[in-house]
Amino acid sequence: MENKHTTNQQAPAWRSALALGLVAIIGTALLSGVNYFTRPLIEEQERRAVLEQLGQVIAPVRYNNDLHDDQYSFTDTTWFSSGQSITVYRARMDTNPVAAVFKLAATEGYNGKINLLIGINLDGSIAGVRVISHKETPGLGDAIEIARSDWVLNFDGKSLESPGGTGWAVKRDGGEFDQFTGATITPRAIVKTVKTTLEYFSARKETVFDHPRDAPRVTDQ
Amino acid sequence: MQDYRKIFFDGLWQQNTGLVVLLGLCPLLAVTGTLVNGLGLGLATTLTLIFSNLAVSLVRGVLRPEIRIPAYVLIIASVVTVVQLLMQAWLHDLYLVLGIFIPLIVTNCAIIGRAEAFASRHSPIPAVVDGLATGLGFCLTLVLLGALRELIGRGTLFSQAGLMFGSWGDVLQITVIPDHPGFLLAILPPGAFIGLGLLIAGRNWLNDRMARKKAGQRQVMPGSVAEQA
Repeated sequence: MENKHTTNQQAPAWRSALALGLVAIIGTALLSGVNYFTRPLIEEQERRAVLEQLGQVIAPVRYNNDLHDDQYSFTDTTWFSSGQSITVYRARMDTNPVAAVFKLAATEGYNGKINLLIGINLDGSIAGVRVISHKETPGLGDAIEIARSDWVLNFDGKSLESPGGTGWAVKRDGGEFDQFTGATITPRAIVKTVKTTLEYFSARKETVFDHPRDAPRVTDQ
Repeated sequence: MQDYRKIFFDGLWQQNTGLVVLLGLCPLLAVTGTLVNGLGLGLATTLTLIFSNLAVSLVRGVLRPEIRIPAYVLIIASVVTVVQLLMQAWLHDLYLVLGIFIPLIVTNCAIIGRAEAFASRHSPIPAVVDGLATGLGFCLTLVLLGALRELIGRGTLFSQAGLMFGSWGDVLQITVIPDHPGFLLAILPPGAFIGLGLLIAGRNWLNDRMARKKAGQRQVMPGSVAEQA
């Protein structure tokens, strides 16, 4: 067993710098190489992950365009006061608009943002709602996840007309949607965001489908 | 001649990273909500340990002691980034679940600890064996803690196995306790601390029993703990 702490004691400083530099260069070369070979795979995986998520709110058989690339982002503080950046994916069948999927966050949850996908059909009815990620209390607020309960399926087929009036609220506020035992704030935030998105969609339906798509980009998480 | 059996015994039991040396506790406590998450991070850490130990062992004669720490950091960061890219490419769903804890493997003191305490003083083959043994020891702790918390918290084992093995992995899920109402304490952070405490206690109890059987003739551990802190 040799001990390197004694081997190079007399070596000058430039040799240390050189050794360190060499380690850095080899490390960087290795990373560049791996990055070069894995980048197309990673992009493909990210694309698949996005399409898989979108597929939960709008069935893939209903459109034949490239949903992943047919998207744009916007911010609109008059409708969505948080000033967040909202991404819209447009589903089309032979260039005819079918539905739009809004990727946005409900900001009035119990603990931070609840990231949502809200799919809206051309006729203004909900195609599907899914929670992508959230920090609500486990066991209380997490019934919004499709893995835990069917609650988000209650939105399917709903529109501004049905339920009309005060129906777009949780039951405690006189509306149609169930709250959970011990958690009212979480479902209330989601119901409100879905309703706002529906109103935005019905007011801006033309712009949603005519808006030029954003340049393709690597999706962030 | 290296005693590989001793290296393995040290890494897995005598100096187990999670249960004895208590390094890398942040990821250990944070990701062990399910068995599969624990296994994923454990394997990523093992892979990192093997290759960082190999690289450190290869350059051990070249580096002066003054620059060894920055060099180790460079090596470990490179290896972790490679592991991260590979996971992103082939285990994307698992990567999304483990998220920040993959890049944070860089900060797991167990890795620089093994580089300094073992790999920098041994030739490549023992260094790789040590990396494997230490990694498997850490992985074992993660898997045990993940299994314990998942079983008590949700009543299942191997839930979300599809994250690691693709869609067919979902059939691996075992529902041990049907209609489990869910026990939040086990899944939330306090459950991680309590679970780790129980595992450490269990290991110490087993270790004492083994030692008593051997009757007297054995070395004690504490010295090895201080060495890496």
